[in-house]
Amino acid sequence: MSNLPFDPLLLSIAAPLAVALAIALGLPKRWSVRLAYAGFGVPALLALYAWWSYGAQPQAHGYALLSSYSTGLDGLGIHLTLGLNGISLPLFVLAGLVGLAAGLYAIQSGAERLKIYLMLLLIMQAGLMGVFASVDVFFFYFFHELALIPTFIMVGIWGGRDRSYAAMKLTIYLTLGAMLSLVGLIALYVKSGANSFDLIALREVIANRPLAETVQHNIFGLLMFGFGILVSLWPFHTWAPLGYGAAPSSAAMLHAGVLKKFGLYGLIQIALPLLPAGVAHWAQVLALLAAVGNVLIVGLITMAQRDLKQVIGYSSVMHMGYAFLGVACFSVLGAGGVVLLMVAHGLSVALLFLLATSIHHRTHTFDLTQMGGLAQKTPVLAAFFVAGTFASIGLPGFANFWGELTIFVALWKFSHVFTVIAVAGVVISAIYGLRAAARVFFGPPTEAFSIVAAAHPPADLSWKEKFPALILLAALLFIGFWPQSLSTPLNATLSAVYAPPAAIAK
Amino acid sequence: MDLSSLQAIAANNDWGAIFPEVLLACVALALLALEIVLPAKYHAYLPGFALFGVLAIIPSQVLGLRPGFLLEGDTFSGLLHHSHEGQIMRVFFLVTAALVCLLGTVSLAKQKMPHTEFYHIVLVVTAAMMLLAQSNHFVMLFVTLETVTIGFYILVSYFRTSALSLEAGLKYLVMGALSSSILLFGIVLLYGVAGNPMLPGHTGSAMNFDELSGFLSMNPHHFLASVGIVLVLSGVAFKIGAFPFQIWVPDVYQGAPTPVTAFLAVGSKAVGFVILLTLVRTFSAYAWLTLPILTLMAAATLLFGNFAALTQHNVKRLIGLSGVSHAGFLLLGVVAAATVPMAFGAVYFYLFAYLIASFAVFGVMAHVAGPNDADQEISHYAGLAKERPFLALVLAIGLGSLAGIPPLAGFMGKLFIFIAVFQSGHYGLLAVAVVGVVISIYYYFTWIRAAFFETWTPPADAETASSRPALTPVTASLGVVLGLLAACTVLLGFYQGPLGDWLTTR
Repeated sequence: MSNLPFDPLLLSIAAPLAVALAIALGLPKRWSVRLAYAGFGVPALLALYAWWSYGAQPQAHGYALLSSYSTGLDGLGIHLTLGLNGISLPLFVLAGLVGLAAGLYAIQSGAERLKIYLMLLLIMQAGLMGVFASVDVFFFYFFHELALIPTFIMVGIWGGRDRSYAAMKLTIYLTLGAMLSLVGLIALYVKSGANSFDLIALREVIANRPLAETVQHNIFGLLMFGFGILVSLWPFHTWAPLGYGAAPSSAAMLHAGVLKKFGLYGLIQIALPLLPAGVAHWAQVLALLAAVGNVLIVGLITMAQRDLKQVIGYSSVMHMGYAFLGVACFSVLGAGGVVLLMVAHGLSVALLFLLATSIHHRTHTFDLTQMGGLAQKTPVLAAFFVAGTFASIGLPGFANFWGELTIFVALWKFSHVFTVIAVAGVVISAIYGLRAAARVFFGPPTEAFSIVAAAHPPADLSWKEKFPALILLAALLFIGFWPQSLSTPLNATLSAVYAPPAAIAK
Repeated sequence: MDLSSLQAIAANNDWGAIFPEVLLACVALALLALEIVLPAKYHAYLPGFALFGVLAIIPSQVLGLRPGFLLEGDTFSGLLHHSHEGQIMRVFFLVTAALVCLLGTVSLAKQKMPHTEFYHIVLVVTAAMMLLAQSNHFVMLFVTLETVTIGFYILVSYFRTSALSLEAGLKYLVMGALSSSILLFGIVLLYGVAGNPMLPGHTGSAMNFDELSGFLSMNPHHFLASVGIVLVLSGVAFKIGAFPFQIWVPDVYQGAPTPVTAFLAVGSKAVGFVILLTLVRTFSAYAWLTLPILTLMAAATLLFGNFAALTQHNVKRLIGLSGVSHAGFLLLGVVAAATVPMAFGAVYFYLFAYLIASFAVFGVMAHVAGPNDADQEISHYAGLAKERPFLALVLAIGLGSLAGIPPLAGFMGKLFIFIAVFQSGHYGLLAVAVVGVVISIYYYFTWIRAAFFETWTPPADAETASSRPALTPVTASLGVVLGLLAACTVLLGFYQGPLGDWLTTR
C-alpha cells in the first residue's frame, strides 16, 4: 500500500466517474466545467505520483500499490484488484496525461451540448485509468468496454462527416474484437483451472502447470485476432481511419492515443507470459500480417491520402504494425520496445489529432490540397505540428525513437526480412509525414486557402490550445531524453515475468 | 367411494404454503367485485388497488428468501415442490406483475376499453405462473400452464377494436392450442409408459416428477418414453419461443397491447425456462436425447432471432425477435446446466437482468406509442434524445443491457452464461453465441441511433405528417420507476453483491 491516506489507483478511477455522475445529476454548466478540470486533473496527478514514487513503493507479487476489493463475485474468482507493475505503469501514466490533454482541449472547444460531451469523456477517462490499473483480467476487460461505449456515442453525436455510418461500423468491428477476446479470456480462466481471473493467481497456476500446447494455440489465436481487431491489425483495420476521421478531436485523442493500446497491452501483459507455445505458433503469421499489411500496404495507402485526418488515422494503423512486430519477437527487448512505442505513439498521435483540429479551425478544411503557407500566419502551430510529425516518424530526441529502435533491434534476431520491411516503413512514414506538414504550412497558399484566410484571418494557437499540446510534447521530449524513467521498472518486470516462459518456448 | 384416502390426501394440503397465490387471486376477484359495487367515478382507483395488492405481497416473499423463513419440501401430496429457486421466481413474477400493471395505466389510457378486467387477468395469470414455477407434477403443470395460456389469449386480443390485436389473439390461440395438445400428448405417453407393469420401476403416479424421474432412470432407452419427452419439450419450446416454434412471435408481439407484449416477453418466457430447467432435471436419464435437441435448438434460436430482427422496422416485432435470441442465450444456460451447476444461477441472473432491462425499454415504448398501439416504428424514435432526454437515456440503458454491453446487468448475465457454456465444453455453441451478440449490436444500435443521432423531420406531404404520435408525458411515479429500472441495470453491472454470492456459490 502507499503512504497516502487513500488508494491512489481507486481514486484515479473514482474521481472522473464521480464528476461524470455529478454532471449527469444535473449540475449547472459553470460548475460542470470547473469540476471537469478536477475530473481530468486528479487522475493525471495521481499517475505522475505513481510514476515518481514507483521505485520507492513496496512491491507485492511484482506489483506496487496493490489492493483488492470485493464486488460480490468472489465465488467466480472476480475481485476488483488494482496494482501497477513495470508494464502497466507507463500506460497508466500515458492514460493520465493524454486524458488531461484531451479533457482540457474539450473544455476549450465549446462543443454543442458540452456537459454531456464532458460527461462521456470523463467516463472514458475512468475506464482508461481502470484498464491499466486492473490486475484482475475480468476488470481489465470490463473497464475497456466502459471506455469504449462513450466512444461510439461521441462519434455518433459530435462526429463529422459520415458519423452515423462510422459509429455503426466502429461499434460492430470493436464488438466483434471485444467478444473474441472475451471468449479467449474466459478460455484462459476455465482451462487454467485457477478459478480466478486474478492475473497473479493465473500466473502462479500456469507456471506450475502450463496449459497443453493445442489449448495455448487456440487461446492465443482468439486473443491475437480479438485484440488484433481492437488494435487495427491488417486486414481488420478499416474501422480505424473511418472512425478517427469522423470522431470529435478529444474522443479521437483518447481512443487512438490510449484505448487502442488495450489490445497490445493485453497481449504483452497476459497472452505472452501465459501462452508461450501459442506465441511461438502464431508469431510468423502475426509478423507477416503486421509487416506486409500494416507497415507496407497501409503505409502506401497513407501516402495516397489527401485528407489530414485520414493521414493521421492511417499512420496510426501503420505504427501499430511495428508494435505487432515487437510482440511477435517474443523477447524482453521486443516487448519493452512495444511498451515504449505505445506510450510514445499515444502521446504523438494525440498531439497530432489535437493539432489537426486546431488547423481545421483556421483552414476550415482537412483537404491537404486546399491549404498551404499557414506557417507564416501561425508559426507556433507550425512548430508544434512539425515537432509532432518528427516524433511520429521516430527522430532521436523523441520517445518514439527509443520504441522503434528497440523493436528493430529485437526484430533483427527474429527475422532479417521483416526488419528490412519495418525500416523501409520508417522511410514511408517520413515521406507522408513531412509531405503533410509541408502542404499545410509551407509553400505558397493555395487559391482556396487564400479565400478562407481572407474571410477569417487565422490567429496563432491560443493558450487554451497550447497548454494541452505542451503537456503532450513535454512528455514526448522527457521520455525521449530520459527513457530510463520508464525502461528501468519495465525491464525489471519483463525480465521477471518473461524469463520462465521464454525458456520453455525454446 | 373411499373417503378416507381423500382425507389422507387433504391432510397434506398446506394452504399457508401458497398464501401469496391465494391472496393474489383474492385481490383479482375483489377487483371485479369492486367494479360492480363502486360508482363509476371511483373506477379510476382500481388499477392502483391492483398494484397495491401486488406490492403488498412482495415484501413477504422477499422475506421468504431469508434462511429460516424459506419454505422447503413438498405440499399438496407432491403437487408442489417449494425451493429457493421457486421462491425467487415468485418474487420475479410479482415484480413482473407490478410493472405490467404500471405499464397498463399508461397504455390503456390511450384506448376506450374496460380497464378493470385487464388487471384482473394479469393478477390471475401471475398467480398461475407462481404456482407453475413450483409445480412438481404434470397435472399441476398442465392446469397452471393452461390458466396462463388462456389468460394470455384474452390479454393479447384485449384491444378488441384493433384488427391487429384480434389477429394476434387468433394466432396465439391456434398456436397455443396446438402446443398445449402436443404437450398433453407427450404427458400422456410418459404416463402410459411409466404405468406399464411389464417394465422395471413402473409406477402408478407417473405424473409426479420424482416418480417419473425414478422410472426413467431404470429405462433409459425406451422408445415411447423418448417420444413423450420430445413432445413435452416441444410444447414448452412454444412458450419460450424457441426455434422451430417461434413462428408466432413477431405477429403476436406486434398485435398485443404493449404491456401484454412485455408480460409475454418476460413472464411467459421466464415461466417456460423454469419449467424447462425442472423438466431437464426430471429427464436427466435421457440426457443423450434432450441435450442434442436443446443444443440444436439453442443454436438455431440464436441465429434465427438475430437474423430475423435485423430487418425489422417495427419496434415491437424487433423486441419480439430479439426476445427469441434471448431465449437462445437462456437455452445455452439450460444446456450447460446439465453438467455445470453454476449454470442454474447464470440462467436466473440472466432472467432478472432481462426483466429489468426489458421493462425499461417497454416503459419507454409505452410512452412513445400513440393510440394505434401496433404502429410503433423505429423512425418514431428520431430525435427522442432532444425532446425527452430522460426517456432516451432509459431506452439506451435498457437496450444496452439487452445487447450485453458492459458495465450493464445484461453483460454480466451473458458473461455468466458464457463461462458456464465454456465449462460444459460446448465450444460450438459459444461461437454461435458470439456471432449472435455481434449481429444483435447492429439492430439495437440502429434503435439507439434513431433516438440519439437523428433528428425528426416531418414528412413533406401533409397526409403522412401526423403519422408520428405525440409523446405521452411521463408521470412522476412512472418516472421514478423507469429511473429505478435504469439505475438497477447499471448497478447490477457494477456490483452484484448478495445476488452474485448466491448464484456463484451454489
